[in-house]
Amino acid sequence: MALIEFTPQLRRFVDTPRVQTPAATLKQGLDAAFAINPRLRGYILDDQGHLRPNVVVFIDGRRARDLRALTDPLGPESRVHVLQALSGG
Amino acid sequence: MSPHDRAWVATRKGLFELRRRAGAWQIENLSFVADPVTMLLPPDACGHMLAGLNLGHFGAKLQASDDAGKTWKEVSAPSFPPQPADAEGPAWKLDHVFSLERSGDAIWCGTVPGGLFVSRDKGETWTLDEALWNDPRRLQWMGGGNPAPALHSICPHPLNADELLVGVSCGGAWRTTDGGQSWGLRARGMRADFMPPELAGDENSQDPHLIARCRDVPDVLWCQHHCGIFRSRDNGATWEELKARPSSFGFAVAAHPGDPQTAWFVPAVKDERRIPVDGALCVTRTRDGGRSFDVLREGLPQQHCYDLIFRHGLAVDDEGAQLLMGSTTGGLWASGDAGDSWQCVSAHLPPVYAVKFG
Repeated sequence: MALIEFTPQLRRFVDTPRVQTPAATLKQGLDAAFAINPRLRGYILDDQGHLRPNVVVFIDGRRARDLRALTDPLGPESRVHVLQALSGG
Repeated sequence: MSPHDRAWVATRKGLFELRRRAGAWQIENLSFVADPVTMLLPPDACGHMLAGLNLGHFGAKLQASDDAGKTWKEVSAPSFPPQPADAEGPAWKLDHVFSLERSGDAIWCGTVPGGLFVSRDKGETWTLDEALWNDPRRLQWMGGGNPAPALHSICPHPLNADELLVGVSCGGAWRTTDGGQSWGLRARGMRADFMPPELAGDENSQDPHLIARCRDVPDVLWCQHHCGIFRSRDNGATWEELKARPSSFGFAVAAHPGDPQTAWFVPAVKDERRIPVDGALCVTRTRDGGRSFDVLREGLPQQHCYDLIFRHGLAVDDEGAQLLMGSTTGGLWASGDAGDSWQCVSAHLPPVYAVKFG
């Protein structure tokens, strides 16, 4: 089961479940988390379902590449970290 | 407590609640500390109010309170429908909440990138006004200081809940009389120096920085425009330009609620030099419909002052006597005598985005 974790920075605003999921793609994995807390979706994705420009996702240590359709594959042992993308100073 | 004894200051670092006691304003409460609050809707008679937040990395949010700001809960922010693949113009994504107003049982919300939303359940859910959004003329709108067009002014009509006049930077002024089912441009007479000469009068290209309506004489509207000050006496059908000293450039305007001849403005040098004239902050006030302007300086900093008043940073109470003004560098001033004199409430707030009584 893939494990999805969210930055603790989000806890000030919204509950962030730690999700274990059989999802095969990033989108399916995020949807599993959003099913537990629908409010979380708007913090990670924008109106069009794209990854927010200043949110970054690492899958097994590599940045997710498909920021719109979120098709990056997840393996059964994948670790997914959803984090703030820092920019500048 | 009367509405003119309470006020709200939305800032880059939170929402401040102010109370006026024994004639002096003081900060009484702070909500959303450290988070940018881009706009608020003051409490209604039941204590219901809204605040629009922009959390940067995590997007624009909307918070609601049922106890006049003591406690808050997140509600759904306005959200754009799926964007067709061939849609032109800015992305159909909420950047931030830029205006909030009640009209009858509805709450209207203006946004960057130019979308207008309506809620008929006190802000729990929002619907995009598709008639305005799908008008092909919207694609000619431009951003004016924002990454995309900004719908900053919502002027309800006090006698008709289905009538609104809205202002867009840069997209002119628009009116609906049927609750947002149809819209028409309402900016004839405004002048856009920043356009090619042949388009200077194009209603859809105007940059009204803010439009404010006189509550008791609703045919009278005031506009602080990018290129000057304009006033309408016919509910926006036509606008006439007014000249003020020391400058007609600025962002904010406050309309006297009862007197259609009176309004206040905060001048800056000009568009490419957005500071007070001579580094001395002043407010201009007309009491004769714009034929002349008083320049009001008493109590305002007159040396090395670089405070700019954003478009939502000036407010007048429902009696036309109390004024509040907040600046980009965190200055907050109050007047209890219609602007004749001012007192500094704080010189070191976060940058002020909006000031509201109520």
